[in-house]
Amino acid sequence: MTSAGDDDLAIETSGLTKRFGRQTAVNAIDLAVPRGSVFGFLGPNGSGKTTSIRMMLGLVAPSSGEVRVLGREVPRHLPEVLPRVGALVEGPGFYPFLSGSANLRRLDSADRGAPSATRRTRVDAALDRVGLSHAAGKKVGAYSLGMKQRLGIANALLVPRELLVLDEPTNGLDPQGTREVRHLIRVLADGGTTVFVSSHLLAEIEQMCTHAAVMSVGGLVAQGTLDELRRVGEARIRLLTPDGAGAMRVLARLGLESRAAPEPDTDYLVTASLSPSSGADAVAGAPPAGQSDGAGGLPAPETIVAALVADGVRVRGFSVQRASLEERFVALTGEGFDIAQ
Amino acid sequence: MPSDAVPTKAVPTNAVPSDAVPTNAVPTDAPRPTGAAAPRRASGAALLRSELWVLFRRRRTWALLLALAAIPILIAVAIRLSSSPSPGRGPAFLDQVSQNGLFVGVTALIVAIPLFLPLTIGVVAGDTIAGEASHGTLRYLLIAPSGRVRLLVVKYIGAAAFCVAAALTVVVAGTAVGALLFPIGPVTLLSGTTIGIGEALARFLAIAGYVTISLLGLSAIGLFFSTITDVPVGAMTATISLAVAGQIVGALPQLEWLHPWIFSHYWLGFVDLLRDPISWASFGDNAVLQAGYLVVFGALAYGRFLTKDILS
Repeated sequence: MTSAGDDDLAIETSGLTKRFGRQTAVNAIDLAVPRGSVFGFLGPNGSGKTTSIRMMLGLVAPSSGEVRVLGREVPRHLPEVLPRVGALVEGPGFYPFLSGSANLRRLDSADRGAPSATRRTRVDAALDRVGLSHAAGKKVGAYSLGMKQRLGIANALLVPRELLVLDEPTNGLDPQGTREVRHLIRVLADGGTTVFVSSHLLAEIEQMCTHAAVMSVGGLVAQGTLDELRRVGEARIRLLTPDGAGAMRVLARLGLESRAAPEPDTDYLVTASLSPSSGADAVAGAPPAGQSDGAGGLPAPETIVAALVADGVRVRGFSVQRASLEERFVALTGEGFDIAQ
Repeated sequence: MPSDAVPTKAVPTNAVPSDAVPTNAVPTDAPRPTGAAAPRRASGAALLRSELWVLFRRRRTWALLLALAAIPILIAVAIRLSSSPSPGRGPAFLDQVSQNGLFVGVTALIVAIPLFLPLTIGVVAGDTIAGEASHGTLRYLLIAPSGRVRLLVVKYIGAAAFCVAAALTVVVAGTAVGALLFPIGPVTLLSGTTIGIGEALARFLAIAGYVTISLLGLSAIGLFFSTITDVPVGAMTATISLAVAGQIVGALPQLEWLHPWIFSHYWLGFVDLLRDPISWASFGDNAVLQAGYLVVFGALAYGRFLTKDILS
């Protein structure tokens, strides 16, 4: 029996580095992917996500550092580790002159642990799972990009896996297909499979992941649960009130710097930052997750509302808005179209 | 990059309780791959079967074999339509074809072995690894996991199977078309003795075997080139160029000291199987030479492929 209980991490890297010539693609990353999590691996194009994944799967040898997958060191224990890992790496890869099911049978035959006797049924089940049964006999050359992507996911599901590594799994899929993949990932995760998903699309990660790590220019700039990542970012309150000046006075007393803007329906929209420091500082320091909330003695939202009401400020609307992960992401990785070098 | 400022190691342990994620959900009810506890070491025959199946399902493979079959057909039809050539002109045995159709296959091999057979082998052997890389299937085979060594061995066996198919195609198609267009009868050997049709056919099969072995060294060279690049055409071109270059060197008397070491040195030696008694010397020398090429280029391919970063 493998040491599933001894090691709570499905993937663990320490100081993992890959240099191609003088260029450092991945720079000393320490990744920790808990078992049972749906782990989002975020980063702009060219930030080293795929190279990291290739090192986890033994396709690329690290320049330095270590990788442990399912508790075993890689690449030394690859033959034991890989049958338990399903993966989609940098898009699907298939023989265009073979049908979808023939392609899956071909790739399945390369896995010595996959029993030949059940190959056909397993291939059919995997195709069914991604909604490709109707195209099973069609040549892959005639598949659309979305269909190839589904076939790639089916390939990762040919045998039950403990870990799925999916590199940009919704690439090329239509909105319906994206939803299906998200649903599939959730079902797999509910069954106990750890899912490691890379993406440059935040909304996607936000919708399906429990944890995330953010890559930028080859380095790991943040990781943790989604809540922890959001918490590090800025939170703001939004207050709708006809008593703009009064509200600002109360907020100032509570130590909050606020701004009021006239609104058509109500009289004022008052906003204030709930964070001790600006988002930019939080990025540079990357305070340990779990310790940032409530730091700096800032009041809790309910305290603010109570104080407002006590002072006769009419509250018509009140909400606390966390920075979206997108804002965090942009703050961490920079904005714009510059592909990271 | 302030990556050390991120307490990455500590995160998951603190992180888990704060979230609803069942981190320990795995051991009991998680789906287990069948081979996880004690990975079964299957023979790997499934991958080899799959490799041969994919190779011989490809239209390209059939196009190559058809092109090879066209050589004896072309020769036979050309001779049938023209007057018999005078002895001493054209490839060996050409003048015998009109008297005995069984010579078509052997004549076609003499025509095909300098260029056309190496060309088809170059295409197939050069495609072995680089072709998978260009389809994007190499990474999926390796993470299946096929194992790098096993994949390399399976790929080489696939290329060797094509050598068998190629040699047999020329001999069988030649013998068949010869029997169709010309009278056949007992075969007069190079030594002047005559053998019956049955024994002649057996010797033709032995010749096909000789030609197959002749091409094994080149297949190993192609396999090695195929591990260097992700562009199959590059590996094919390199292999075919080397086959041509080898024969050019073999034709230069100034480089005679080098000749016994060139992989194409014994390629035409199969005519020794048409002597009485059969002279096996060239067969043995050829086998040893090809084995040498297989060992050297197999080792180079192994060294290259085992340490290669798969970026395709």
